[in-house]
Amino acid sequence: MEQAILNLEHLSKSFDGKKILDDLSIDIGKNEFVTLLGPSGCGKTTTLRMIGGFIMPDEGRVIFEGKDITALPPDKRHINTVFQKYSLFSHMSVADNIAFGLKLKKKSSAYIHDKIKYALKLVDLEGYEDRHPMSLSGGQQQRIAIARAIVNEPKVLLLDEPLGALDLKLRQDMQKELIKIKNELGITFVFVTHDQEEALTMSDRIIVMNQGLIQQIGTPVDIYNEPENAFVADFIGESNIIDGVMPKDFLVEILGIPFPCVDSGFGRNELVDVVIRPEDMEFQKPGSGMLDGRVTSILFKGVHYEMKVQAGGFEWLAHSTEAYHPGTEVGIYVKPENIQIMHKPTSAAQEVINTNE
Amino acid sequence: MNKRSLLAGPYIVWIIGFTVLPLLMIIFYALGDGRGEMTMSNILAIFEPVHLKALLLALWLAILCTGICLVLAYPLALILRKLNIGKQGMMAIIVILPMWVNFILRIMAWQLLLSRNGLINGALGAIGLPGQDLANSSMAIVIGMVYDYLPFMILPVYNAVTDLKDDVIEAARDLGAPPKAVLTRIMIPLTKPGIISGITMVFVPSLTAFAIPDILGGGKVMLIGNIIEQEFSTSMNWHLGSGLSIALMIFVLISMIFTSNEEEGKERRAW
Repeated sequence: MEQAILNLEHLSKSFDGKKILDDLSIDIGKNEFVTLLGPSGCGKTTTLRMIGGFIMPDEGRVIFEGKDITALPPDKRHINTVFQKYSLFSHMSVADNIAFGLKLKKKSSAYIHDKIKYALKLVDLEGYEDRHPMSLSGGQQQRIAIARAIVNEPKVLLLDEPLGALDLKLRQDMQKELIKIKNELGITFVFVTHDQEEALTMSDRIIVMNQGLIQQIGTPVDIYNEPENAFVADFIGESNIIDGVMPKDFLVEILGIPFPCVDSGFGRNELVDVVIRPEDMEFQKPGSGMLDGRVTSILFKGVHYEMKVQAGGFEWLAHSTEAYHPGTEVGIYVKPENIQIMHKPTSAAQEVINTNE
Repeated sequence: MNKRSLLAGPYIVWIIGFTVLPLLMIIFYALGDGRGEMTMSNILAIFEPVHLKALLLALWLAILCTGICLVLAYPLALILRKLNIGKQGMMAIIVILPMWVNFILRIMAWQLLLSRNGLINGALGAIGLPGQDLANSSMAIVIGMVYDYLPFMILPVYNAVTDLKDDVIEAARDLGAPPKAVLTRIMIPLTKPGIISGITMVFVPSLTAFAIPDILGGGKVMLIGNIIEQEFSTSMNWHLGSGLSIALMIFVLISMIFTSNEEEGKERRAW
């Protein structure tokens, strides 16, 4: 990470006696695209609203460019937000919406005019100046909301599930659009979503949260391939999570069957959680894999088939581009590098990790 | 006419019998001179100095009353918006509760409070201050009208203010608007339809009021409503009374057109 622009230090917040954030610390770098990812109620939006200045933390500080801004009201922060519900001003034209922040800053009308033009070009809505926000589609409204925020040249742009209300195709277009906008502006994006695919697609770094605690921080590839605990593995994509034992380094016993793996450094005979992604399940002829099983169901998912396989008393989830119909006997094989071993949660703080939504 | 529209029958009979016919009669009287000749003089009588003075005073008091109601209602609506009282309950408290007592009775209560030997002067006397001539003045009329018509301002304004979305206000703050700018640039413009409704609902009845000025003005303050009422009841000059009524009606309609122009292009409300 480059130099940090934003430091969240030991943030805690309770609402009605319920702890929403518990001693959360994150450093966010310049020009970084950081995503706060987690189920609803995990504290991700609360964190974002603290950065924006809409919620005061009970404890902890928000540091922006080295200065403590914890008590600063939102209008005094060089940070802008794109809200989930667009929150456009319905009594103003598109141009007036975009100009709102600039007029408050008493910019010249020529400057404002140029900025509006530039921002509308950036969000691909040239010529929409005189339109009324309510006459636009959801996707267009969200683009206006983005334009309205970025003309103020914030150093950090906060995005609170901005694509949540859009349909799938539009959402995917907007994801690409946002990455393009971010690269053009060269500013920091802090993005909140519960959509793991969105997070994996767009982020430089993902912060996975659950019940007010950080579960894992890492690049999308790290988070997907090396989940640190069962919650992350389960939340990011689908996975088979099974109990295992490590009799020695590079070997894990699952359902009593030894699987070679690439992990080491666990205690002798330590109980572990084992994660195997469904796409890493390979089917061979019965008898030639690590264990044999029988396909119990199949679903066509477009890119691949999703199969459930009963083997060794466990129902495995497997993805394959080839169809294996129910009743087919298969041998299951998993490459050692595709087996992810994780410590079982031990402390109370880690216990929440296993509580799914 | 289908069966369903027959259900509107009683209302149509009512409106024809008690609104349309009387209105036609007023027009008939206004345009007649009592000797079978058509004349505009009854309507143009509004420009006679004594009538014009009463109209202008009524206009001034109505503007004052509307202004005071708005200044009282808007901050109240903002406070109520923050409290999480159910909208229904609020309506009941603001509207229905005062209506349990007849408005003439409530005005008479004010008469007692404001009179020379009334409660307020009694209280002033008790702390050694000289008594004030509160009753039978324009001020007493304004107090009475504000008291009676305030709910009609609060209701539409409260309705509009509670419809304000928190996220829109947050967006304005986020874009650099301090609280004052949020009020003037976001909240007031967004609640304008409610404000205009409230103004209309208070301004029109206070401009045409005659019962409140009668009781709290003690016959000393003559508003246009009082003059019209006297032409009908005391002077028995229905022609002049009708003419002045028509003139007042035209005046109200003009001000309504002014406000509805303001509302043009905005979302219309039931209020």
